[in-house]
Amino acid sequence: MSLTLDIAWTHVRTRARQTLVAVAGVATGVGFSIMMASLMVGSQEDFMRQLIDALPHVAVSDERREPQLQPAELAFAAAEVHGLTPERRRRGIKNPMAIMAALAAWVPGAVAPSTKTQAILRYAGRDYSASVVGIDPHRERHVSALPKQMRLGTLASLFTASNAIVLGDRLLEKMGARIGSNITVQTGEGARITAQVVGTYHSGVRQIDESTTYVLVKTAQILAQQTGLINELRVRVRDPLAAREVAQRIERETGYKSISWQEAHEDLLSSFVIRNVIMYTVVGAILLVASFGTYNIISTITNEKARDIAIMKSLGLRERMVRHIFELEALIIGLAGALAGFVLGYLLCMALGSIEFKSPFMDADRLPLVYEPLHYLIAGLVALVSSFIAGYAPARKAARLYPVDIIRGAT
Amino acid sequence: MNGSAGRVLVEARGVTRILPGIVPVTLVHDVDLQIGDNEFLAITGPSGSGKSSLLYLLGLLDMPTTGEVVINGRATSHMDEDERAMTRLATLGFVFQFHFLLPEFTALENVMLPMRALGALSAAGMRARGEMLLESLGLAEHMGKRPDQMSGGQRQRVAVARSLANEPPVILADEPTGSLDSQSSEQVFRMLRDLVDIRKKTVVAVTHDLDLAARMDRRVHLMDGAIVSVTSRPAIPAAPA
Repeated sequence: MSLTLDIAWTHVRTRARQTLVAVAGVATGVGFSIMMASLMVGSQEDFMRQLIDALPHVAVSDERREPQLQPAELAFAAAEVHGLTPERRRRGIKNPMAIMAALAAWVPGAVAPSTKTQAILRYAGRDYSASVVGIDPHRERHVSALPKQMRLGTLASLFTASNAIVLGDRLLEKMGARIGSNITVQTGEGARITAQVVGTYHSGVRQIDESTTYVLVKTAQILAQQTGLINELRVRVRDPLAAREVAQRIERETGYKSISWQEAHEDLLSSFVIRNVIMYTVVGAILLVASFGTYNIISTITNEKARDIAIMKSLGLRERMVRHIFELEALIIGLAGALAGFVLGYLLCMALGSIEFKSPFMDADRLPLVYEPLHYLIAGLVALVSSFIAGYAPARKAARLYPVDIIRGAT
Repeated sequence: MNGSAGRVLVEARGVTRILPGIVPVTLVHDVDLQIGDNEFLAITGPSGSGKSSLLYLLGLLDMPTTGEVVINGRATSHMDEDERAMTRLATLGFVFQFHFLLPEFTALENVMLPMRALGALSAAGMRARGEMLLESLGLAEHMGKRPDQMSGGQRQRVAVARSLANEPPVILADEPTGSLDSQSSEQVFRMLRDLVDIRKKTVVAVTHDLDLAARMDRRVHLMDGAIVSVTSRPAIPAAPA
């Protein structure tokens, strides 16, 4: 063991109580930081997982991002036309099957067609506004988590009745309907059918569970009053984080508005950034407070050890060596605190993860936690750096002590 | 003032030390002193006469306001702190009135401290030398003891052993017997005498004990920071064969 480390270790070891308090301070900071990061990131990931699962990763709609130019504007660069009603076009994506085939060639995932329309569901004399999505159950399982989200019945149940419908469990509950109930579905286009409830699903996103229903594509086309209408292509990519790039390419190639899940939830995702800034600020503050404990003990040791410092310097120990002794002491406290904090953080996460509870806002009955080595690494590094900074000032002061002043005072 | 024997190891040339302040205090005033090889020199004087201050200046623990301290032929006024520390470590050994041992370390560890700081020996070599020094000073049974487990005399002997750790040619002792009873004082004095006579060291000791000073080779008496007299002990004639 080097001389500096030996002296540093001896100082912290022989002040067991003070050292323990400082280590406990750092450990508490590190432990709670890890727990907090684990909880924040866990809840964020859980929320994002629900978002990603609730909707297709990319939704290609039959809209254009920019309104189409008027014929005169297309013909003459200088022409600018105002106040004209846009050209009335047939709804839906043109040649959807050809586009799907083209997309299937390069999209890293799967594509499925769907027909969306708005409808009023009537049951027991009451009306409920809902979005009706026509899907192909065979293809749907490749593009959404809907098959996994089914609570009662399966997607194949849509084939068991002529006008079968799957409702969100919250909508079913709100309507007071049951499996087998017949409900009336009426659209703004004037179509009206009686549909039989064949299943329910639960996505975990309240808004979807209360207002989105699923039928077969052909049923949705009847409701939209347009044969062969496909107004949305649902795309699922293997890497959800690549959805934005995939959506941009689809839009570039097809001209149809393609919205990735990130774009659809941009406001939420930007709120996560703010949330993370807040989290790291709080974590930093916790560790900063803990570092005051380290500063305190190193200051105390340097004051108590003024005579020893003077002796060491008079014997010939250089300033740098003396400074290193106290910096090492701070690092020993930081390291011990970080290691104890890792254990504390892990135990806190375990304890928090074991608590069962019911929340009206979440499906999970336990807190979503993430055990991420990066959190331990960051908390440990911050603890070490803040301990070092806390120890640096008193170490510098100690190293600059003028030995004669102390020796005179002692004699 | 001169009068040293042999090669000059430590020299003060017109050294003055003034403590700055609203009322500046002159600790040492225009001291010229040469200390030779294998000399046992006493610095005496009343309290506040500047004995310890002069010793600290000679030991490079303090910097003269004017003048120069020369160690082993090298002027020290232009040395940086690291060089001064290195010179102290390799050339000078210190013994203080109070033992000033590190309380958490054993006697052996305290003696090994300067050796570890210098780093000239292997771990085994340092240990062997530390043990040898302690044994030679009659502390073989106390090597593993911490300072609080030893008597005042034993602690001071450990401090002497520590001062010899790096085999420095010069030992500077500040009231080495000041805090000891008469028996321990005599032991420590004999030890210092042996350093000169047997180990051929140069010992400069500050003392207020004139009897002890009279038994040293040369006595420098200070008054108000200045040397007022230098007395050499008459050589003891060799016994007839």
